[in-house]
Amino acid sequence: MLLKKIVEELGLQVKVAGEGLTNQVTGAYVSDLLSDVMANSKEGELWITLQVHPNIIAVATLKELSGIILVNSRQPEEETLKKAEEEQIPIITTELPTFQLAGRLFNLIGEC
Amino acid sequence: MPVADCIRTAWWAILSIKDEVGVGVSVGEKKDITKVQELVYEMKVDQVMARDIITVSPDDLMSKLRELLRDKHISGVPVVRDKRLIGMVSIEDFIKCLAEGKMDSPVKDRMSYDVETLYDNEPLVRAVEEFNRLGYGRFPVISRGDGNLVGIITKGDIIRGLLKKMEIDYHEEEIHRYRASHFFEDIIADKTTLIFQYKVVGKDFNRAGETSSGLKKTLRRMGMSPKIIRRVAIATYEAEMNLVVFTDGGEITAQVTPSEIKIEVVDEGPGIPDIKKAMEPGFSTAPDWIRELGFGAGMGLSNIHKCADVMHLESTVGKGTRLEIAVHLNDKENRASEEDS
Repeated sequence: MLLKKIVEELGLQVKVAGEGLTNQVTGAYVSDLLSDVMANSKEGELWITLQVHPNIIAVATLKELSGIILVNSRQPEEETLKKAEEEQIPIITTELPTFQLAGRLFNLIGEC
Repeated sequence: MPVADCIRTAWWAILSIKDEVGVGVSVGEKKDITKVQELVYEMKVDQVMARDIITVSPDDLMSKLRELLRDKHISGVPVVRDKRLIGMVSIEDFIKCLAEGKMDSPVKDRMSYDVETLYDNEPLVRAVEEFNRLGYGRFPVISRGDGNLVGIITKGDIIRGLLKKMEIDYHEEEIHRYRASHFFEDIIADKTTLIFQYKVVGKDFNRAGETSSGLKKTLRRMGMSPKIIRRVAIATYEAEMNLVVFTDGGEITAQVTPSEIKIEVVDEGPGIPDIKKAMEPGFSTAPDWIRELGFGAGMGLSNIHKCADVMHLESTVGKGTRLEIAVHLNDKENRASEEDS
């Protein structure tokens, strides 16, 4: 499903998008441990996390993730936004906690 | 060969491929997965379906179908109200109606309401199974998100979609091979090694990840295979993070030869007292504030180990650490390790 559609359906706020909103989302991975995301996330997945520092962009770029969703109304650091724009990684925020967001996303895109 | 025969032949080829994998058998367990097998599991219905769909409203008259069926060469039309699929009306329904001379009756009286559908985000393998099980010529495709009708899929769409994807992948692969192989072929020497050096600044979390991103981009420009690049990128990222978190900085050197990529990571940091322990997944000496940032999960070295064909780690407390890993570019070994990933 297109990232754009997920953003619309779940009412998420887009911080940085660029052309990334037309990314094809193939699934999602939930984790706040960067090494875990490096090891276990797959290309095209959305990453749900509460980490907001610039390194999340490096991880998302290296793993070619389709975007990052920050939960619990957490806001990305300035530097994170700058890097996200450079690397064209969509940053999306939501006031929902991880469990609620993941649940709704799962209902929307199913078991990919 | 006529188009219809081509489609039939291709379809049986796809069916037999699907059966080889076997429904319920995990793909990962099979050693030799063909490209088509991979694709029918990977690709989704919405990647091949036709989006430009002709529909009728339930209140339209059957006589309207005459032009539609004739001009568009189709044998069935979805019946839609407010973007929702409510049924299908087929050429058989039309002929029956024609025979009874009731062309002025509305579609809703003649259509079938019980319609089998597919979801847009289902894998193609599901579609293949459904075509086979029910023997229909087409399935309307429903959006899993909002339940609206978003497309229609035929066997021909699946075959065209697979062929197109294979053509694109093949073309990309060709370019990759061409560039990578020529890079080395154009150089005249008995032995060629390309060396890329990166300096990593310790404790600078804003720049952490730049080395691995840079190396990844470089390897991609050289036309290395994506799977190789992914393994090198993960290993380099973890090594880079170790330098950032635990040392005052260090150096990462990548040596690329026609047969392997060797990464050397050297620092003059605190050293690792017990390498065996450090290699255990989950073991970490990172302070709490670093863990709160999501680093220091104790998975770094084991991630590196998983991605590398060869890994060598030596360390002296108080002096520094030296890590050497290699990823082989030899085709056979790559394929074996790709299936683990």
